[in-house]
Amino acid sequence: MTINEKQDELVEEFEFLSDWMDKYEHIIGEAKELPEMQEDLKQDKYIIKGCQSKVWLYPEYKDGKLYFKADSDAIISKGLVGLIVRVLSGYTPEEIQTADLYFIDKIGLKEHLSPTRSNGLLAMVKQIKLYALALSTANKVQQ
Amino acid sequence: MELKSEDVQEYLSYQGNPVREQFPSLNQMVYGKPLIYLDNAATTQKPWKVINAVQEYYTTINSNIHRGVHYLSQKATDAYELSRTTIATFINAKNSREVIFTKGTTEGINLVADCFSRYGITDKDSVIISSFEHHSNIVPWQMLCDKTGARLKVIPMNEDGELLMDDYKALLDDTVKIVAISYVSNTLGTINPIKEIIDLAHQIGSAVLVDAAQAVQHLAIDVKDLDCDFLVFSGHKMYGPTGIGILYGKEEWLEKLPPYQGGGDMIKTVSFVKTEYNELPFKFEAGTPHIEGAINLKVAIDFINEIGLEQIAAFEQGLMSYATTAVQEIPGVNIIGRAKAKTGSLSLSVTGAHPYDIGVLLDKMGIAVRTGHHCTQPIMDFYCIPGTVRASFALYNSTLDVDRFAEGLKRAVNMLV
Repeated sequence: MTINEKQDELVEEFEFLSDWMDKYEHIIGEAKELPEMQEDLKQDKYIIKGCQSKVWLYPEYKDGKLYFKADSDAIISKGLVGLIVRVLSGYTPEEIQTADLYFIDKIGLKEHLSPTRSNGLLAMVKQIKLYALALSTANKVQQ
Repeated sequence: MELKSEDVQEYLSYQGNPVREQFPSLNQMVYGKPLIYLDNAATTQKPWKVINAVQEYYTTINSNIHRGVHYLSQKATDAYELSRTTIATFINAKNSREVIFTKGTTEGINLVADCFSRYGITDKDSVIISSFEHHSNIVPWQMLCDKTGARLKVIPMNEDGELLMDDYKALLDDTVKIVAISYVSNTLGTINPIKEIIDLAHQIGSAVLVDAAQAVQHLAIDVKDLDCDFLVFSGHKMYGPTGIGILYGKEEWLEKLPPYQGGGDMIKTVSFVKTEYNELPFKFEAGTPHIEGAINLKVAIDFINEIGLEQIAAFEQGLMSYATTAVQEIPGVNIIGRAKAKTGSLSLSVTGAHPYDIGVLLDKMGIAVRTGHHCTQPIMDFYCIPGTVRASFALYNSTLDVDRFAEGLKRAVNMLV
């Protein structure tokens, strides 16, 4: 499955949730399903600080693919983080770096990625792209 | 709709609140739900009177003040100075020379802190603030301390969010040059025993600045009775325009202090050798001010006066206790700040739920509250919480708003915990 196929799957999932409360119920469910991040990974170097909620993001690079573990102290942020991890985790740095994250807009949660929202999500997406960029640059140098 | 005083009690009854009709921005749907606005400690909505007056200013007398001899400039200057007089009366200042227009509370505090830092404060001196000050009443004093080497001393508080007066007394010694303290806490709603705080500071010869940003819209203020040396507040939190505020200062203090900013209007004569500063209040009003804001702050104050602050205080007290009872009944809700005397803000946390999550869900139910640290991070450290959910009240709120808030909160808690 490509990144875009995963995004489309999510868009479909949310399509039937017209009420805001149902959408958030779903996001909270997503948060509860997100695998627990080990406490020892919640180090300061993996923290992405928002004004209101904190996000932890732990990257792993295995067999040419980038994997992410993430968590947040706020459950809605954690649910959104979970969605992003679901879409982007397990792809090559090149694929992640060039990915266009359109699903957030399509499911009506664009406001959470606005710079003024200060929940750490926008910074998290930037950080994911930065990891991908660093790794793909390193790969190119090796080649 | 004009308010007549005999109708006020009826208007402000618990069965809804017709004052609300005077605030057009409250009459709207957000996300398909009627707006419930409970973020009044951040800013209040504006009544038609103020909105219309803004338009009237720009369509009739807009011009620069204190400079022109022409008709419009005279008109604008008269209106600007009339507003100053109205504000002087509103807080019972000795005269209008004691009333300085600022951008808001933050600028007022920065002005006093900056002028004090250039008024003989040394590394032998100290400044006292309290543990629940807004960042705007912490940082300017830290800057003063950085500049002068003076020490910043902080009055501690108890679990209820009340200042420990014995500790305050212990901090008062002859090194203290100024005590800067809020009248009402923006996060906890605590009303400080401000008169006692001022009296004690005066006994050791310290000046006192009162941050009245969260008080002036809820309680009648009499600066002569309080005997404070400085008092600051903002227009936008009292139904007036944004970007305008007031610094009250005792005339003898304002005479003594050096000017804040240099520029037009604050001078008498300028030459490259020597500049002579203007008299009060103009000495502290460099440059073209927010003329429209200053003029229309009077309109907001007239609006408050028509209802009367005593009536407003009584009504809001009723709302506060109604809201406190309502939210206390929701399992998991903890009220942050249980001072005996409270007004304006009701802060709470929910066991097992982050305030951000509650804020997001309430927003989607059409309920506007503030979540986070409310620019008072030391309070959050004290209670070891990431933030609070804060509902804050104004004269147009009603128990119906509180009911909707409590229902929304209950629903959010059920979803999150």
